[in-house]
Amino acid sequence: MEQKTLVLGVIGSDVHAVGNRILDFAFTQAGFKVINIGVLATQEEFIHAAIETNADVILVSSLYGHGEMDCRGLREKCQETGIGHILMYVGGNLVCGKQDFESVKERFLAMGFDRVYPPGTMPETPIEDLRRDLGMTED
Amino acid sequence: MQAVLLIDFGSTFTKVTIADLDSEDIVGTARAGTTIKTNIMEGLQAALAQIPEPVGGWNFVRKLACSSAAGGLKMIASGLVKELTAEAARRAALGAGARVLQVFSYELTPDDLELIISSKPDMLLLAGGTDGGNKEILLKNAKMLTLLPQSLPVVIAGNKVVSAQAAEILRTQHHPVVVADNVMPELGVLSVESARLAIRDVFLTHIIRAKGLDSAEEFLERIMMPTPAAVLSAAELLAQGHGSERGMGELMIVDVGGATTDVHSIAKGDPSKPGVMLKGLPEPYAKRTVEGDLGMRYSSEALVEAAGRRLNDYLGWTEAQVVSQLGLCKQDPWRIPQTEEEAKFDVAMGRMAVALSVDRHVGTIEVVYTPFGATYVQHGKDLTPLPVVIGTGGVLLHRPDVLEILQGAVFKPEEPMLLKPQNAAFYLDKEYILAAMGLLREVAPLAALRIMKKHIVEL
Repeated sequence: MEQKTLVLGVIGSDVHAVGNRILDFAFTQAGFKVINIGVLATQEEFIHAAIETNADVILVSSLYGHGEMDCRGLREKCQETGIGHILMYVGGNLVCGKQDFESVKERFLAMGFDRVYPPGTMPETPIEDLRRDLGMTED
Repeated sequence: MQAVLLIDFGSTFTKVTIADLDSEDIVGTARAGTTIKTNIMEGLQAALAQIPEPVGGWNFVRKLACSSAAGGLKMIASGLVKELTAEAARRAALGAGARVLQVFSYELTPDDLELIISSKPDMLLLAGGTDGGNKEILLKNAKMLTLLPQSLPVVIAGNKVVSAQAAEILRTQHHPVVVADNVMPELGVLSVESARLAIRDVFLTHIIRAKGLDSAEEFLERIMMPTPAAVLSAAELLAQGHGSERGMGELMIVDVGGATTDVHSIAKGDPSKPGVMLKGLPEPYAKRTVEGDLGMRYSSEALVEAAGRRLNDYLGWTEAQVVSQLGLCKQDPWRIPQTEEEAKFDVAMGRMAVALSVDRHVGTIEVVYTPFGATYVQHGKDLTPLPVVIGTGGVLLHRPDVLEILQGAVFKPEEPMLLKPQNAAFYLDKEYILAAMGLLREVAPLAALRIMKKHIVEL
């Protein structure tokens, strides 16, 4: 099967580089082609990278609590630039304070993300989901 | 004496340099008007006649030339995303010594085709998609280009998966069609060398003839490259050295011309201070930029406009004074300054051309405020520690105040985000030999290096 490509990055003014490296390693080990645009990534950088590499999914991390502001409008920009149907996953400390994760998840799904992960998620979970969403598994 | 004849067919002047390989020195330099409309050889002979011939005549062991005559190498580049493959394609074309007329991104439209027809490029460069990435753009644009009424040389440097297929489509209308390595094989990785070589090859095999320069090739061995490529090659040699002969280290060359100002930097440009994050497309080690609106003669009006208040402030003049002086420049582009005021204006114009072209060439640094404090982000090259800046170009050569002009390249504390050289020593290519030495490098790199070190003098 053709190798699937994903664009990975930490959005906004967020400089958390360690988790980014771990995800890069985990997804590469799992057989994906990882295009890692690193920290301090803008929405445009995610989209440009996805267009140029013909990526199957955009994987957004955010750990500094401003994810909700940074992610707003990303789906619309994808639609505008011709990659409206691309899969989008997001995970990390997406919002400030102790908020109920279900409500957070609702907000990000409404923004157009396909999957939303709470703090403390291990890489295995999104890897499994991605295989399913891309039709790479039998079930 | 082992004399080598080195010729630069320029748009205005044909410049001749004779070097002696035995003494590793310049025997003579001369120039005469370029005669491309009649026979290019006339201008060459006129220039050559100015250098006293030794008894027994010249016995040139090599005869090499570069050319920017007949408009130089005019190219149009296209890519997918403006900031990614389209930008990479533009840099590849500039590095090959081209004048880049236009850069297209995304799918070519009928309007873009009209623009290609009206701007008459010599060659097209087609990029788009990383290797294994987007495939549609290269194929769609190749198909679109077959609708052009004329045949043009095309270099393809895009997604390798579909390059051959795109070439096949293009060959139904265009000749030659050459496939080079992708200018961006992976996202954010710039790889321009293969495309540069392909462009140079097509220039040699097809464009020289199309421009009527091949009549000179009976006398010469061959025209080897576009002039800016020769300058960039000389710059690289001068920076890196050859074998055990040391070079000057990382350097910048500013070529102030009548129509454009070119800046070449041979430097890595990595962040010079700790804690700075590098973003954006990596820059080529040997980087060339061309500013079409910054020239001292044909582009003087555009230069005044681009400089704006900076020019008035530097001169301490009013708007009206600047405008009247500019009028004189426009009437007679090649006038030699007569009064003190005219000379002052000329120096100011040169300084503005240098300052603005270096502003646009160097990288920038910005502060990004994060919840954890300020972080610095750098785009492009940090040239603050650069030790050497070399001035060249017809406008600079015969000026007593050339240092004042070149100091436009220096870092300014009031513009700390522009990463210009802070403590550079200034040099002048006073015999205008850089292009010739780029040619000589092809056959005698060590001699070329030693001659440059002799004739490029510190100011």
